[in-house]
Amino acid sequence: MDILYLLIPMSAVLVLFILGVFAWALHGGQFDDLEQHGEQILDAAADSFDSHQGA
Amino acid sequence: MVGNAQAAPSVNYTDESVRGFALAAVVWGVVGMLVGVIIAAQLAFPDLTYGIPWLSYGRLRPLHTNAVIFAFGGCALMATSFHVVQRTCQVPLFLPWLAKFVFVGWQVVIVAAAITLPLGFSQGKEYAELEWPIDILIAVVWVAYAIVFFGTIGMRKVRHIYVANWFFGSFIIAVALLHIVNSAAMPVSFWKSYSAYAGVQDAMVQWWYGHNAVGFFLTAGFLGMMYYYIPKQAERPVYSYRLSIVHFWALIFTYMWAGPHHLHYTALPDWAQSVGMIFSLVLLAPSWGGMINGMMTLSGAWHKLRDDPILKFLIVSLSFYGMSTFEGPMMSIKTVNALSHYTDWTIGHVHSGALGWVGLVSMGSLYYLIPRMFGRKEMYSVPAINLHFWIATLGIVLYIAAMWIAGVMQGLMWRALNADGTLVYTFVEGVKATWPFYVVRLVGGLLYLGGMLVMAWNVVMTVRSGRAVPSPIPRLVMA
Repeated sequence: MDILYLLIPMSAVLVLFILGVFAWALHGGQFDDLEQHGEQILDAAADSFDSHQGA
Repeated sequence: MVGNAQAAPSVNYTDESVRGFALAAVVWGVVGMLVGVIIAAQLAFPDLTYGIPWLSYGRLRPLHTNAVIFAFGGCALMATSFHVVQRTCQVPLFLPWLAKFVFVGWQVVIVAAAITLPLGFSQGKEYAELEWPIDILIAVVWVAYAIVFFGTIGMRKVRHIYVANWFFGSFIIAVALLHIVNSAAMPVSFWKSYSAYAGVQDAMVQWWYGHNAVGFFLTAGFLGMMYYYIPKQAERPVYSYRLSIVHFWALIFTYMWAGPHHLHYTALPDWAQSVGMIFSLVLLAPSWGGMINGMMTLSGAWHKLRDDPILKFLIVSLSFYGMSTFEGPMMSIKTVNALSHYTDWTIGHVHSGALGWVGLVSMGSLYYLIPRMFGRKEMYSVPAINLHFWIATLGIVLYIAAMWIAGVMQGLMWRALNADGTLVYTFVEGVKATWPFYVVRLVGGLLYLGGMLVMAWNVVMTVRSGRAVPSPIPRLVMA
């Protein structure tokens, strides 16, 4: 099963990469105040079609 | 606020490639499902295509899978990801010319697949059949896609990256990695190559790819769709934004090692099979996190499901997602797999995910997206959406019920032993017993294709009665 010498290190590097992105997101404030972000996309002005029609 | 947004639109969103991909998804959906119906008919009526080699089952089956996954599903993902990333970041696409290249390049890949597969050019790897020149083109187009997507996120005017973009982003990165590793091959001529791996090593890489293609292409990408279009259509925020973040990270951390469950009781070491099984069982939790989160978005507004056929598509797609992500882990248990593997149960499982989850969520999202891309508030005919929903759902139920019965029956017949240890049934007796279910499956497939044709008509009428108006980017209203 020589292939595992490729797949396991690759998965390990990938997990480290994912952890890095997660740490960036966490410390960069992406996950502060989570409840408000769900509402944000519903703001009519965020979707110019809706605001265009509403005007 | 609305007035302000109109007063100072800085630039327009770049929607040309969104429109192109959305319409292409509908066209390829019809084509891919038609090929599926043809091969389903071939299984019930083997002489259907008079032995013409280009129309033989072995060549059309990869054409079907490639067309529905990468042409229909791929175009739907690219249309929605380009739409969602612009709206949630409030910027136009990064490098619009490169986005056009992604559109043209992807269509060239699809046409090349549609020509080479019936001619018999194949690497023989499931869901990765295309020969090396097309594989290289896919890699180039995919990198361009990644540059446009992540470039757009890099230019965003909204500090928070909406959860749908995390799903789309992980899907783009993972598919690039999977495709490049699995397609590594040594060409011997322009249309023939040999895999870089051999024997069980090749099988392991193949199913590491194959299952992650399910996990990232057919799951993460479509969850991205779900997290934008369900809240938009229901006009309610996601049930729990916190849960969406938690299940995203849980899903991408656990998916990578579920692949060996495709190789139970093979030459793959036992421990690797067991690792695959355990990871598959763990996956139930994050999968259901997403399913529950999407469904509960409607909590307190369930009445909308009664009147809104687009929400029916989106919510029923989640119930199929929940079913198939429960069924999948169960089938990955080695003792269950001993019964289910190599039977039509697997085909039923795949189609409950493909027709039920991927198909319905794409159709629902396209029904939201297409009218808005052509200056209309809704599709030309809303009753036709409802009709499509019911035909498609009936088709899925017939399809998967027929395959469940056929699969369990085949599994039981193949393992039935007489007292003296000989087999009770010959293989052909199993085939004969399966025949009625192949016919029922064909009827289910025809219904599903019929629904897609209704959609194609509705889209044509919508496009003809609307026009492609550029949408201005509203002035930033969020701090």
